[in-house]
Amino acid sequence: MAQRQSGDVILDLQKISLHFGGVKALTDISFDVREHEIRAIIGPNGAGKSSMLNVINGVYHPQEGTIVFRGKPRHEMDTYQAAKAGIARTFQNIALFKGMSVLDNIMTGRNLKIRSNFLLDAIYWGPAQREEIEHRRKVEEIIDFLEIQHIRKTPVGRLPYGFQKRVELGRALAAEPSILLLDEPMAGMNVEEKQDMCRFILDVNDQFGTTIVLIEHDMGVVMDISDRVVVLDYGKKIGDGTPDEIRNNQDVINAYLGVAH
Amino acid sequence: MFYREAGQFKATYAEDNQIFPIRQDRIGITLILLLAFLVIPLSASPYIFSAILIPFLIFSLAALGLNILTGYAGQLSLGTAAFMAVGAFASYNFMLRLEGIPVLLAFALSGCCAAAVGIVFGLPSLRIRGFYLAASTLATQFFIVWCLTKIGWFTNYSSSGVITAQQIVIFGYAFDTPAAKYLFVLSVVSIMALLAKNMVRSNTGRSWMAIRDMDMAAEVIGFRPMRTKLLAFAVSSFYCGVAGALYAYAYLGTVEPEGFSLEMSFRILFMVIIGGIGSILGSFLGSAFIVLLPTLLNVLFHFLETELHVELPSGISSSVELMVFGALIIFFLIVEPHGLARLWQIGKEKLRLWPFPH
Amino acid sequence: MQFFLEVLLGGLLTGIMYSMVALGFVLIYKASGVFNFAQGAMVFFAALTAVGLHDLGLSLWLAIPLTMLVMIVLAMAIEKIVLRPLVNQPEITLFMVTIGLTFFIEGLAQAIWGASVRKLEMGIDDVPLEYLLDTLGIAISQFDLVAAGIAFVLVAGLAMFFSKTKVGRALRAVADDHQAALSIGIPLQQIWVIVWGVAGFVALVAGLLWGARNGVQFALTFVALKALPVLILGGFTSVPGAIVGGLIIGASEKIAEVYLGPYVGGGIEGWFPYVLALLFLLARPEGLFGEKIIRRI
Repeated sequence: MAQRQSGDVILDLQKISLHFGGVKALTDISFDVREHEIRAIIGPNGAGKSSMLNVINGVYHPQEGTIVFRGKPRHEMDTYQAAKAGIARTFQNIALFKGMSVLDNIMTGRNLKIRSNFLLDAIYWGPAQREEIEHRRKVEEIIDFLEIQHIRKTPVGRLPYGFQKRVELGRALAAEPSILLLDEPMAGMNVEEKQDMCRFILDVNDQFGTTIVLIEHDMGVVMDISDRVVVLDYGKKIGDGTPDEIRNNQDVINAYLGVAH
Repeated sequence: MFYREAGQFKATYAEDNQIFPIRQDRIGITLILLLAFLVIPLSASPYIFSAILIPFLIFSLAALGLNILTGYAGQLSLGTAAFMAVGAFASYNFMLRLEGIPVLLAFALSGCCAAAVGIVFGLPSLRIRGFYLAASTLATQFFIVWCLTKIGWFTNYSSSGVITAQQIVIFGYAFDTPAAKYLFVLSVVSIMALLAKNMVRSNTGRSWMAIRDMDMAAEVIGFRPMRTKLLAFAVSSFYCGVAGALYAYAYLGTVEPEGFSLEMSFRILFMVIIGGIGSILGSFLGSAFIVLLPTLLNVLFHFLETELHVELPSGISSSVELMVFGALIIFFLIVEPHGLARLWQIGKEKLRLWPFPH
Repeated sequence: MQFFLEVLLGGLLTGIMYSMVALGFVLIYKASGVFNFAQGAMVFFAALTAVGLHDLGLSLWLAIPLTMLVMIVLAMAIEKIVLRPLVNQPEITLFMVTIGLTFFIEGLAQAIWGASVRKLEMGIDDVPLEYLLDTLGIAISQFDLVAAGIAFVLVAGLAMFFSKTKVGRALRAVADDHQAALSIGIPLQQIWVIVWGVAGFVALVAGLLWGARNGVQFALTFVALKALPVLILGGFTSVPGAIVGGLIIGASEKIAEVYLGPYVGGGIEGWFPYVLALLFLLARPEGLFGEKIIRRI
């Protein structure tokens, strides 16, 4: 597949360690993410992939290490800062707002761009309405992009799994993020749904220039769409490189296929 | 047959975002408002005003307040009556101590007092959730009522702890007849309901619902839990506070702190559950239901005693009332957790198709 | 000093009563994940039924087992009508349903037995123990001591039941995960009936002790509400927590009332436990003995 144009390092994780009580989730992990690339994190179950994403967007605070985001080093992120800085994500187990419609769910993604406050909201007519409409326009673009026009008013709880995943992607996109973290966007999908999702991910990357960090178990997909891959195993990094390099990395092969000790 | 939206197209987002996107609904609400503002004041009896309509509207407002907190923001509270008490006693003191303060300003300020108290007692919600929070809101209930009872200043050192609400006078017009009070309450409640609806359909409401449905995800997309929850507590308490002021000024006239009991808090919670959690309309339906129920039961018991000559032990009606309330709560939570509002919605969907089954 | 000791001991003994009510909450919460707000109503219902039967001329030794039977029937009815349709609902829904249950049970109790205060004679005098009064000069009620003894036996028995029997193990499995327990063949319905029955028994004992002291009346349900701060202190899942929490609440509210009350006009017993619990929650949300909750996404 054609090599995309990758830019400078936008996110650099240095020697990240995270533990819960005595359980070590991540040990001394370093890797970087370049602008506009698709960066995959792979590894067996329990390797610490999701924990890694949680560190990046501030849900977990690592005990050691430095996160350099756009040249600014920090010890840890906090969720609000991360969102404000343009890091959006989707979750492994869908984390949509079940009681709200598709439209409202995606509108929540715009919240940081909405300047109205509760008093203006209460009066509604005037600034609040103008803003609602302005952001609605953007949200409708995302709805078109994800091809979910027909369900925009449906409560998300009633949607099938594949659509829920799409809506969650839509919510993340609504924030117009500079980095998009995707936690197993294709888990539990059939082939067609996976193809759709791949198409959306590649399009997002292409059209909006969004940097993507993605966790995925489907090796075919990972090797196809990602520019560089990090491999984690038992909370340690065991490989880092282009898909071709990873394919031939002995440690990775051992981790996946097992090795006779 | 009549309830079809076919042919009604939305050409702008503004049209699509209306409170009542369907024309028939708009006609319906206009008729209801006309009825409420014009026909009823001219035709209803004083008894209907003071025993049914005024309490119905006031409790609707309180239920609306609780619904904002519990239904939209997902924080269960058992201290609603305490916030009403704050509103009632705050407006009493504003009117008493600030010479010539306009009534509406006093009410608004008393709402703000309730909001401030709400924020203080909402602080635990940042660390605890679910029924831990519910249990801790009992502190609000008991502590506030105790404060109002023990600190004489709040009741202007009235020996019995009872305060007598001043008259409602706006621009020289005294709202002293039941019909006038009804119109006053109706106006306040209608406007506040509209404001609430506006809040819940815009970003504020979305932030509350996001926190309610999945607080972690809400945080990740940039909502700040602390701000959002405390705002919900503040707005909710403001509504309850104003409802409390109306309760004292337009309904009872004289109130005491103990009147705002835990039982009243529960009653308002029941209105929310039966009416519909997370629905503005539901607050009104639930309030109507709970206000009317004792009246209906009384009529029933009266009928049993006088017409059928059934010997009923004294005090049975209040016991039966408790049982009916309890049974209804259980019934609704099992059968229709979204309450009357959802039933109404289902009814409307059926009506769209009528007379065809599908 | 003697006065302080008296206040403290009096508070601790009241605290034991709170613990007994809290125990009922913990049992049900542990086994069914339901925060049973109706425990207070069950205390009231049980006490009123026992006294009511006694007043009809039955001896207490007959009235108490009969009441126990009624409590079991109640447990079965609750399981069948209320809990079964709500399997796997959110905890908060279950909590609200028990608020409904509270009203129903309170109404039912009064519809059957009337709303008047009833006296209960247990044959133990509520008088200071002479021995202690003579030797240490401290007035401790004989009745309170007996109550404490009964509470101790009850707790020990329940602890055994939970940790040593097969039913106890099943109960803990159910508490962890309804569906998982069902899938390995634990009869969920049966377990619930048992645990609500046991909670009914605890309610009966608590109701009789409280009732013998203050008369059986509606105010019992407010006393039972005090079990909530006890639970917040002790944690919802911990039997020792309920005991320690009860003692802390009982002692602190008495001490606060006696030493702080006069300065602020008294009556602070009514809210002190709740505010104490609330402040405590801010510092330690999982209670004294509760497990720390790690939230995962």
